[in-house]
Amino acid sequence: MSRTLAFLTATRGGARLHWTDWASYGYLFLGVFLMFFPVVWLVLSSFKTEADLQRYPPTFLPYQQQTITLDGYADPLPLFEITGGEHEGKILAQLRRVGLRAQMVDPADPETRLTIDIGDRVPVERFTLATENYSDLFGRFNFLLYFWNSTFITVTATLIMLLTNSMAAFALSKYQFRGRTVVLLLVIGTLMIPQTVVLVPLFLIVTELGMFNSLWGVIIPGAATPTGVFLLRQYMLTIPDEILDAARMDKASEWKIYWRIILPLSAPAIAVLAILAIMWRWNDFLWPLIVLTQSENFTLQLALNSFQGELQTQWSALLAMTVLTLLPIAMVFMFLQKYIATGIASTGGK
Amino acid sequence: MTETTGQGASAPAPTHGRDSGASRDGLVLRVVSPLMRLVEIPMLGLQRLLGINRLAWVFLLPNLVLFGLFAFLPVILNIAYATTGGDNVLLADRPYVGARNFVTLTDCASYLDPNSCREDKFWRAVWNTTWFVTLQVGIMVGFSLLTAIVLNREIRARGFFRAVFFFPVLLSPVVVALIWKWILQREGVLNAFLDWTGIGGYNWLVDADWAFGWSVFLSVWAHMGFYTLILLAGLQAIPRDVYEAATMDRASPWRVFRRITLPLLSPTMLVVLVLALIKGVQTFDEVYAFTGGGPGTATTFIIQYIYEEGFAGAPRLFGLAAAASLMVAGVLVVLTLVQLWLNRRSADG
Repeated sequence: MSRTLAFLTATRGGARLHWTDWASYGYLFLGVFLMFFPVVWLVLSSFKTEADLQRYPPTFLPYQQQTITLDGYADPLPLFEITGGEHEGKILAQLRRVGLRAQMVDPADPETRLTIDIGDRVPVERFTLATENYSDLFGRFNFLLYFWNSTFITVTATLIMLLTNSMAAFALSKYQFRGRTVVLLLVIGTLMIPQTVVLVPLFLIVTELGMFNSLWGVIIPGAATPTGVFLLRQYMLTIPDEILDAARMDKASEWKIYWRIILPLSAPAIAVLAILAIMWRWNDFLWPLIVLTQSENFTLQLALNSFQGELQTQWSALLAMTVLTLLPIAMVFMFLQKYIATGIASTGGK
Repeated sequence: MTETTGQGASAPAPTHGRDSGASRDGLVLRVVSPLMRLVEIPMLGLQRLLGINRLAWVFLLPNLVLFGLFAFLPVILNIAYATTGGDNVLLADRPYVGARNFVTLTDCASYLDPNSCREDKFWRAVWNTTWFVTLQVGIMVGFSLLTAIVLNREIRARGFFRAVFFFPVLLSPVVVALIWKWILQREGVLNAFLDWTGIGGYNWLVDADWAFGWSVFLSVWAHMGFYTLILLAGLQAIPRDVYEAATMDRASPWRVFRRITLPLLSPTMLVVLVLALIKGVQTFDEVYAFTGGGPGTATTFIIQYIYEEGFAGAPRLFGLAAAASLMVAGVLVVLTLVQLWLNRRSADG
């Protein structure tokens, strides 16, 4: 502890801490709490049973009442510690509750029934993770279907976007042709038209193309984003033209130059774009909400949103599903944090 | 169409070490290169036919088709929808009504009082959005600036702290909404804490003002990391020697901030401000999943109005939705032009 403190309080110059340094660290740790705690709380809560979730005030860690299976009783019986009366200190299993009294048995002597005041008993609880919240998702809630829909949309839309955008960026950066400026201006123009303001006509076009209530209705319009063209074009401009000329001397076709030379050389920019595209498509909400109206086509985001209406009381399933929806992005973030940060900073997010 | 792509690909995949990366590349190549070779055949034909420079159009074609169909055509059709009425989605079956949709939207005794408007929900949404954007952008840019300045100091574990402030940006809006809904619910952890301190809990999301306030908070929480990142990059671009000169002159930290940091950061600040405005106007996802626009219409914003008029309600009033969309588009085009102008200016200077 003191070493951590010494580590944190040492400045680079080795001088003593100024009060502004204390204020800075105070602010940062407050930030860590405010940013992390909600997610930590979500994860912890997702491991609580429905009964534990109803408890107020809530406990920090998930707890479950212990049960015991006794001969002669079909169901596991809940265990209670007795805090008053003649059986004080014993741990008994409850058979049933009748009004203010409870019928209980001693697990050591299952034959004798005892009657206890309900005020004299406290449940025996132990830290237990309710993993059934997660396993239930696969059985009862069609989680795999939504997961597949989300994954299919994300992967396909990203691939289409990478292919079309890189081809367009190649043309715009490496060819001199009439109309290039016009095309560039058109691409800038699309920057001004976010999906949110053309929802109605987009809906008509998608319906006319037979893509309403189909995953393709989300995939194809999603690929029409100009950000990637800009990002890749800026990068390809830095690739020297001499390499292309050399390849042309060797009689390489233009297509071969594109996919054997330009694509591999733009790999860093393509990686950044791929990460961004995966994030956008995975988190998409408004457009899928309009196009996908049948629950078998729902993405994870849509399923989560509709469940929070339907299952007002089923927080246990909802929280577990939220954690699983967040997980892929969290993993991507952990491994590729640097790329994401630079990518987002260089493109202006979206 | 079999092809040898080097040993890494044809050998059985090694499971560890540096080789696994190479074999993954090999695998990608093995899947992709037959496809690419297949495409090469028609592309070569086109190249002979068109010549190298006109081949550019072939490379552009897929993207232009996508942009045309899903970005430009919608803009034109949007105008067609805005000037027609009825609830039919097919344009041929929609009667021309001229500017009637716009008249409906803007028919108000007083624009400041939504109750005096024919389409009162639209004006509620407009005013909600205006207030929301003002508060959200102001608070968010303020906190992003503060955070960026703190992160730009000589602190330990800067990478960690930067990541902490940034990670909510990646969360999906629905996840963000559910996380906070879970914390803020009547028997949630925040109320438990407030009860414990003696302040007493509150049913936050049932109260119109609090629901609005928490929507602003949630939106700031989710997005400030992004702006912090841009502002931090802007701060780091300020040359060190300017500060050193100021230290020589014994300028007070506050003076240094006001006379050096702020002026030199102002181009970045402007870009951040405009970007935040553009996104703020389009706020929908997280607030819709968070409050559903309620209680009442307290957190209904303009995009939700468009969504509900056009898609969620019956009859589907596509005309009104499209007319409202055009108005939002007008605001966004102005903001984007300002942004492009700012970008160019900062690139030049």
